[in-house]
Amino acid sequence: MSAAALRHARHVVSENPVTGFALGLFVLFVLAALLGPSLAPHDPLASNTMLALQPPSAQHWFGTDQIGRDIFSRVLVATRLDLGIAAASVALVFAAGGFAGLAAGFFGGWVDQIVGRTADTIMAFPLFVLAMAIVAALGNTVPNIVLATAIINFPLYVRVARAETTQRREAGFVDAARIAGHRDMGVLLLQVAPNILPIMVVQMSLTMGYAILNAAGLSFIGLGVRAPTPEWGIMVAEGASFIVSGEWWVALFPGATLMVAVFCFNLLGDGVRDIVDPRRRT
Amino acid sequence: MRGVLWRLAGSLPALAAVVVVTFILTRVLPGDTATYFAGPTASAESIAQIRTALGLDRPLPEQFWSYVVALFHGDLGMSLTTGQPVLVDILARLPASAELTLCGLVLAMAVAIPLGIIAAVRQGSLADHACRVIVTAGVSLPVFFTGLLLVYVFYFLLGWSPAPLGRLDAFASAPPTVTGFYLIDAALIGDWETWRSAFAQLVLPAVTLGLFALAPIARITRASMLAVLGAEFIRTARAAGLASRTIILTYALRNALLPVVTTLGMVFSFLLGANVLVEKVFAWPGIGSYAVEALIASDGAPVQGFVLTMAILYVALNLTIDLINRALDPRARQA
Amino acid sequence: MHRRSFLKALPTAALAAPLAAPGIRKAAAQAAPTRNETLLLVQEYGPNSLDMQGIGSSQPVNGVALNCYDRLVRFKRVKLDDVTTSFDINALEPELAESWQEASDGTSVTFKIRADARFHGGRSVTARDVKWSLDRAVSIGGFATTQMNAGSLEKPEQFVAVDDRTFRVDFARRDKLTMPNLAVTIPFVFDSELAIRNGGGDPWAKEYLKNNVAGGGAFKVEAWRPGTETIYTRNDDWKNGDLPKLRRVIARDIPSPSTRRALIERGDADISYGLPPKDFKDLADAGRIKVAAVPVPNAIWYVALNSALPPFNNLKLRQAVAWALPYEKIMQASLFGRGVPMWGGPATPAALKWPVPFPYSANIERAKALMAESGVAPFSTTLLFDAGSGTIAEPMAVLVKEALAPLGITVELNKIPGANFRGELNKKTAPMVINRFGGWLDWPDYFFFWNYHGNNSIFNIPSYQNPAMDRLIDGARFAPDAASYAQNVRGFLELGMQEVPFIAIAQPFHDVAMQRTIGGYQFWPCREPDFRFLTKG
Repeated sequence: MSAAALRHARHVVSENPVTGFALGLFVLFVLAALLGPSLAPHDPLASNTMLALQPPSAQHWFGTDQIGRDIFSRVLVATRLDLGIAAASVALVFAAGGFAGLAAGFFGGWVDQIVGRTADTIMAFPLFVLAMAIVAALGNTVPNIVLATAIINFPLYVRVARAETTQRREAGFVDAARIAGHRDMGVLLLQVAPNILPIMVVQMSLTMGYAILNAAGLSFIGLGVRAPTPEWGIMVAEGASFIVSGEWWVALFPGATLMVAVFCFNLLGDGVRDIVDPRRRT
Repeated sequence: MRGVLWRLAGSLPALAAVVVVTFILTRVLPGDTATYFAGPTASAESIAQIRTALGLDRPLPEQFWSYVVALFHGDLGMSLTTGQPVLVDILARLPASAELTLCGLVLAMAVAIPLGIIAAVRQGSLADHACRVIVTAGVSLPVFFTGLLLVYVFYFLLGWSPAPLGRLDAFASAPPTVTGFYLIDAALIGDWETWRSAFAQLVLPAVTLGLFALAPIARITRASMLAVLGAEFIRTARAAGLASRTIILTYALRNALLPVVTTLGMVFSFLLGANVLVEKVFAWPGIGSYAVEALIASDGAPVQGFVLTMAILYVALNLTIDLINRALDPRARQA
Repeated sequence: MHRRSFLKALPTAALAAPLAAPGIRKAAAQAAPTRNETLLLVQEYGPNSLDMQGIGSSQPVNGVALNCYDRLVRFKRVKLDDVTTSFDINALEPELAESWQEASDGTSVTFKIRADARFHGGRSVTARDVKWSLDRAVSIGGFATTQMNAGSLEKPEQFVAVDDRTFRVDFARRDKLTMPNLAVTIPFVFDSELAIRNGGGDPWAKEYLKNNVAGGGAFKVEAWRPGTETIYTRNDDWKNGDLPKLRRVIARDIPSPSTRRALIERGDADISYGLPPKDFKDLADAGRIKVAAVPVPNAIWYVALNSALPPFNNLKLRQAVAWALPYEKIMQASLFGRGVPMWGGPATPAALKWPVPFPYSANIERAKALMAESGVAPFSTTLLFDAGSGTIAEPMAVLVKEALAPLGITVELNKIPGANFRGELNKKTAPMVINRFGGWLDWPDYFFFWNYHGNNSIFNIPSYQNPAMDRLIDGARFAPDAASYAQNVRGFLELGMQEVPFIAIAQPFHDVAMQRTIGGYQFWPCREPDFRFLTKG
């Protein structure tokens, strides 16, 4: 990052306290994801039925669940998995959707047709149900959740990448590269791709929150990560039946953490866009 | 007119692809329909018999062909879970989903459009930041969690909201079906008691859904207002000394609404698909909860029917938006 | 274009719903059922058909069969406690039949049908209707036929309409289950003329009866909206028992258990069916809500170990697992005490009944010793359970996984969506399964026939095969006298405990929560609510 960009970033953050706040939260979440397992005060999988459904206390900050596991430890340890699924799916769709959109915008013609039709087809699906169906059909494993989440985001990435590429296709530097004898694929990857990268990064940060929500929603329905793995969506589902009976902490803490995480990523996405592409601030 | 037909034809490949993909997905679903139908104590022979009777032993392309033929006869197959033809189920449940989604959308508009206007007029102010935080919070809520929380607080603790029993209080009977929208049907026969019951049941799920729709509407309103406010004619109006209120509400807003309307269509179609979880939490007898239950039970036909319905709605909605755009904006007609 | 064919496809009940609404309002002017005569019941899901004999009918369809149709006989009602009336499976009471007589040679039974029994349409019930209905049950295939066969009711030739009011069943063989099997929900009586008239050529009128009630029971179906609600109204002309106190019953489908609990706790629903055990425990402890708790006859929660495939075809390994399971923890954290313990019993069965406590309990030292004896090296395996019973089975599975880790057994949990579960079981390859089973006919040999017999039915989840076991089970089923019956039952109980293809955990409670104003709760083998005896206020 150049010094000017850094200055711009600092300006945006100071101008916009919300982004600064989100950045702080983001650092916390990343730390939790990296260090979670070693920071957790209890074994997130160890049951203790003598201490089942205990309210929050000094010993168990977020209380304990149905079979006496420490909810704080589970929420903390789950961070890596939840953020990991979201990051992996976003990275996957960034690569696949970005490249497809790039190629569609650059080559046009039948490539554009195929990519466009594929994106149209996916858009015509009710997206969450499509994700559910993919996971149900392929089996509920983490890679399949990542894949399903990536697929439903695919059209979005294709559209952005295609639009940006079309704008730049006729730009001077592309012509220059062509005249210099570079082949199409070379021009595409070496000249055009780096130019649309910033916009795609904005797209990634904007969809990260949605990806987290989607993965947690799948787990909530029972089509996501398997028990007893700690994961926020499953933990909310497990706690849901305890809200009415007064054991609110079982669902509240994982639910609230999920909410804050998505909130943080969405705010941060806005912030990143302000830094990279101030025109698009909406 | 030729343009419209052309557009319609253009959406056919996507629909066909949807049909193929859903067919494949539901065949890959791990459930075994024949085993399910045969009941808990079935012998291997009776399962095989049922498999033959349902045509599940034939090669996939053949099954696909009979599925498509049935589709053209308006036959979407049978649901195992409700035991009814899928088409009957979907037609009975679609109004429930549409009513809920529309109410959520209206609610979101009532909040989001003013928010967007304020944010645009006072760009960069505290109000602008607050608006951004509020709408971002709305889109960050896991609906399955907020739905539960709302039921707990407003029904169980405070008792302000009626029991989440679906579309009506248990003792009220549904108004005679005209549109399938209880609010309209009850109003048509002047049955205000039923109307109130239906309305009260709608509030919590509509709020849960509406929160989710705040962000796109508020953002597009803000962006579109900003664009208009910077335009020549507004500056002229300001220079002419018109009151700021008049400028914003009459001139700017009217011109800024076109992109908002376009977005609303997209948001509606998105919400209709996204409210599956809301319907599940609130026992709402709509098509979303229908599809979720079916998918969980590996019941393929309802899932296929739901996806197809949504795809057709999506295409129809896109077309409508397109037509509105053409009607409102002459430039779009040339494009 | 397809409108006409589409309308034809509409079930009459669904069509009747919107049309019925003005009718109800008109009736309101005369004497509408008051709220005290109307019961609101909430349940997880409702019937997917109105015909319990039909193929693919779900559990709640039993309720339709129970309330809207009559059988020849029913089980004798026996008071269980202040809340619940249960039944005596060895004694029968009249329902459609006013009397019956077994032939002196023990080859048949002859029923006399009540003279005043009428169908909903007003026609008298005849022996021909009974014959058609029972013929249908043994011919239609699927669950109904299997259930009939379980009581040696196998062929239409066994059913004879002697005259209008006299009906005879010829026994296929001497089987103690034949008479009780006439009292379960399957052999109910249709208005055969109405069914055939509307059957559209189908001799068993499957499509018509799936969507319409053609019976003479105490209730009629006023409206049926699959997946949403079923509304029953009383048949005021019912003569086959005391006229029910309730005039209208609304059964709503509410999938979320916490919403069902909230509804009953806030007094908005009269009865809540099927809550997680935790909720029943809380409600029972709080005492504001009445909770009916019946140990489900013949039923257990169990862990099944695949005895046909390695590694669990090793007896010592199965016993090691049985000594390692955390029974107390499961009872506490998964069942919340809502069950009867089935562990820690004496080495030989304490009584000749089912279920009976197994001799195992959590003893990790013994488990480790047996594990060492078994010679099985540490391994990884999969534990399956039905997502539909996830609220109980999932915590149970998590505890089992944790408890088996010290033995070197790594368990992966696999939650299977409801409809796939049966398919998975049919493959007979699942190494470990958590499930519950109970037969309608409460005899030990009945449970063992389905679960342990070498004919390897779907319920024999461990695929347990042992000719000695088969001999004992068959010996008990058709035992000529009490002594030989007792000997065979003792034999298979001991063998089952010794070989542990199934590790018994607990006998579940059937829990129903209801308002204090609700009385007359009746429990039947099918576990669905019987509206005929319920009272309100």
